Amino acid sequence: MKILVVDDEQDVRTLFEQRFRREIRNGLFTFSFAYSGEEALDYLHGHASEVVLILSDINMPGMSGLELLRHIRQEYGAPPPSPPQVMMITAYGDDDSRQQALALGANDFLSKPVDFAALKEKLLHLTEHEN
Amino acid sequence: MEVNASILISVGIAAIIVRSMRQFLDLPTRMPHLNRLLGYFWVPGLLLYLFSLLIQWKTDRLDEIYTLLLMVMVVLVLVRVQDYRPARTILLAVVPYVAYSAIELLSGSLSNSFLREYKGLFSNSQGFAIIWLVTFVLIARKQKKQLEAERVRREAEEKERREIAAQNAVLERMVAERTSSLTLQTEELQHALEELRTTQAQLIQSEKMASLGELTAGIAHEIQNPLNFVTNFSDVSAELVMELEEEQQRPERDQELEAELLADLKQNLQKITHHGQRAASIVRGMLEHSRASTGERQPTDLNVLADEYLRLAYHGLRAKDKSFNATLTTDFASPLPKIEAVAQDLGRVLLNLFTNAFYAVQKRKEQGETGYAPTVRVATRALPGGGVEVRVHDNGTGIPETVRQKIFQPFFTTKPTGEGTGLGLSLSYDIVTKGHAGTLAVETEEGQGTEFIVTLPG
Repeated sequence: MKILVVDDEQDVRTLFEQRFRREIRNGLFTFSFAYSGEEALDYLHGHASEVVLILSDINMPGMSGLELLRHIRQEYGAPPPSPPQVMMITAYGDDDSRQQALALGANDFLSKPVDFAALKEKLLHLTEHEN
Repeated sequence: MEVNASILISVGIAAIIVRSMRQFLDLPTRMPHLNRLLGYFWVPGLLLYLFSLLIQWKTDRLDEIYTLLLMVMVVLVLVRVQDYRPARTILLAVVPYVAYSAIELLSGSLSNSFLREYKGLFSNSQGFAIIWLVTFVLIARKQKKQLEAERVRREAEEKERREIAAQNAVLERMVAERTSSLTLQTEELQHALEELRTTQAQLIQSEKMASLGELTAGIAHEIQNPLNFVTNFSDVSAELVMELEEEQQRPERDQELEAELLADLKQNLQKITHHGQRAASIVRGMLEHSRASTGERQPTDLNVLADEYLRLAYHGLRAKDKSFNATLTTDFASPLPKIEAVAQDLGRVLLNLFTNAFYAVQKRKEQGETGYAPTVRVATRALPGGGVEVRVHDNGTGIPETVRQKIFQPFFTTKPTGEGTGLGLSLSYDIVTKGHAGTLAVETEEGQGTEFIVTLPG
């Protein structure tokens, strides 16, 4: 399962690669990284069909995660292929952002600090579902 | 009988003389007692008359005797009041006449022939005595008038003096009242001034605290990210160690995997250090911002300072308005000479400029313009001569011409009540110009954006 992680923090890459190193080694997950909303859209233009899940931070300079979500839902609204799942992550775990994200079509909403154990569960569940 | 009755005429004359004397010498007030005695001037006349009737003395000298008595009385009175100058003059006036009258009476009663023999002499003497009398009485009158005039003048002067004294007293009192009220006013003003100074200090502090408040959320966000990394990397490192231990227990150890795990561990520890320091530096910056300025100048890298405060300001605003988003661009000259500055104070200036820039782009975004991308840019540049220029640019609403003149004035704000203290730019201006001998200028176009230019000498 291909997952695109969008965050302006570079170290997120190292963190994800280590957190999910067994799953990566087993070939269960493949991660790609984008460091801004704009970069994520660029990546999607080339790999839209491959990406199953997008994990995006909301608070980023330039295009915010919510704007990225809006673009994704506009561009990749209808199948085929099946639209990617989008999970939003934010440091401000407020209800306002959650409502907004869900209204824009987010599939899930996580707050920082990310509980990687729970996230792993969700991802594994998704994988099973996919298969 | 007829002859004796002539004394009545003398008594009448005596009454006139007594009256004149009382008036002229002002006897009722000067000598009340003598004045009363003078009232009995007629008694000797009456006694003489009755006496002459009794002894059937027929003489034409009776009134002369009476007149002489009267004159003696006048002289005595005058002697009593000789302190009064006109009285002395009158005395001088009457003495010859009295002497003449006495001599004439005496010689007449001794021998009529003597009188007849020297009739011419007596007549001349009488004339002389009368002229003397009249002359000196006139002189006395003049003296009296002079004295009177002098007295009136003195009284007037005295009255004037008293009035002036009274006026002086009134003036003194008014001056005293005015002085005390002025003193009171001065004290009140002094008090007010002190209060104002205290209030000013408090305002500056509260402005600082207000900007700190704006920062708090941004700071929290800024700290949370590195802290999350610290936690996550520690966590994942523990997992790596466990995996490494498991690997070591195996009979056939995978050297390659062990080396990879160790490399990852080493990297993670570096990451932990890096993010720990990042959080620490943010906390340090926050503390510096809230602390009272020490005013100590130190070599300062404006690139670092600008970057730090740009992020803080951005996240501060984000915390208040979560839908807000802006593109931040930095255009830092490298290398940039360090300048001697109070970093904490310049940080406040930059924070203020960034906060204003974000406010402006946010306002423009609220107008709902399509395709509008809020952008805040900060650029640094080395100036010839060792100075540094910092430009903070935004593509926000711009500043109207009418407002431009006032933006550096204390307490001027376009923000709604309670949102801005109106001290930000005024304090910034003071910090740059007075504190660092630099300049703070503004270039703006309404509806297009604003650029603040800080120049600091090297």
